[in-house]
Amino acid sequence: MSDNGNGSLFAAILGRKVGMTRVYDAVGTIIPVTVVQAGPCVVTQVKTEDGKDGYNAIQLGFHDVKERRSTKPIVGHCKKTGQTSPKRYFREVRLAAKPSITAGSTIDVSSFDSIKWVDVVGTSKGKGFQGVMKRWNFGGQPGSHGTERKHRSPGSIGGGQGTRGHGRAIKKGKKMAGHMGVEQCTTRNLALVGVDKENNLLLIKGTVPGANGGVVFVRQAKTARDTAQAAK
Amino acid sequence: MRNSLISQVESKHLRANPISFEVGDLVDVHCRIVEGDKERVQVFSGTVISRKGVGINASFTVRRIVNNEGVERIFPTNSPKIEKLELRRSSKVRRAKLYYLRDLTGKATRLKEGAPIVPSDAPATDTPAADVAAAS
Repeated sequence: MSDNGNGSLFAAILGRKVGMTRVYDAVGTIIPVTVVQAGPCVVTQVKTEDGKDGYNAIQLGFHDVKERRSTKPIVGHCKKTGQTSPKRYFREVRLAAKPSITAGSTIDVSSFDSIKWVDVVGTSKGKGFQGVMKRWNFGGQPGSHGTERKHRSPGSIGGGQGTRGHGRAIKKGKKMAGHMGVEQCTTRNLALVGVDKENNLLLIKGTVPGANGGVVFVRQAKTARDTAQAAK
Repeated sequence: MRNSLISQVESKHLRANPISFEVGDLVDVHCRIVEGDKERVQVFSGTVISRKGVGINASFTVRRIVNNEGVERIFPTNSPKIEKLELRRSSKVRRAKLYYLRDLTGKATRLKEGAPIVPSDAPATDTPAADVAAAS
C-alpha cells in the first residue's frame, strides 16, 4: 500500500488462490466467490524516480523459503531489507508518485479494506496441445455436405503468392493449433466481497485465473470502475 | 476433503440453528420475499423429495401439486431468506430421492406416515392426509 498520483492509496498484494465457494450477502443473495489467501507481503525494494531506477515502484516479496532452497542473489537481496528469510515470488508494482512506504515494511490484506473492485493477475490452467477450435474459437468445417475427416480443421492457412508480403510463406502470427494455457491472464474489475484479516483472505466475486494453489497478484482495479460505481 | 480455509469462510454463512428435516417430510417453508421496498413472508408447503449437497452448497427440493400441476421449488438449505421451516408430517420412505412421485398422481402419491413430530411450534393440525395431491 502506498500513495499513487492522486494521493489515494494503491493496494496490491501477492497471494494464492485457495478455491471457490459461495457466500450470502445482506439480503440473502448467493454470491460466488474465489477465496485468495493473500500476503502478508514484504516490500523488498523501493524504486524512485530520482533514484538510480528512474521510476516509481515497489517490489513485493511473498512466500518464505529456506535459505538453502533459494539462490545467493535472492538471499542477499532480501537481507538488504532486514528480512530473515528469502522470498519465493516477487512482483513489482509501478506507482504514479514517489512511494511513501519503506523497504522492509509489510503489506497485508487490510490495505484492501476500502477497495471495492480488484484486478487479478494469474497464470491460466494448462490445456496442452489444442486445436484451433478450442484455442482460437474457429468455427471448424461443416459436419456433412461432403466434409471428410476435416471437421475441426482450420481450413486454408494462406494463399500461395503475395499474401501481404509473405508470398509462399504462412503469415507470421497465423492462428493455428498449439500449446494453450499456462500464460499470464488478467481478470479485471472483479468485485471484492470481503476481507478476512484473521486468515489473510480476500473474497473476490467470480472466477480468478489459474488452478487452486496457484500464485495470483491482486491489485485495486486500474480502470475507473470504482469511481463510476460511486457516482451511481 | 474441503479446504479448511474455505470451510472457515463458509462457516460464517451457515445457519446458526440448522433446520432439521428429512426426505418425505411434509413441510411449510417460510420464505422472505422482497417486493419493492416491502418484505413479506411467503409459505410454500409440500413434500421434500430430495436433499443434496453439503455445507453451504446444501439444498432441498419441495414438491406440491397446484391446480393439478406439479410444482417443485429448490431452496438452498442455508439461505437466510428461509425464515423458518415447519414440519407438518413425517413419512416413512425407502429412498433418498422421491423423484418417482413425479410420475404418480392422486392417491398414489401418498406416503406412509412416519414418526410423529414433537416440535414445540408444530401447528395443531391433525390432518396428516394434508397431502395436497390426495386432495385434488
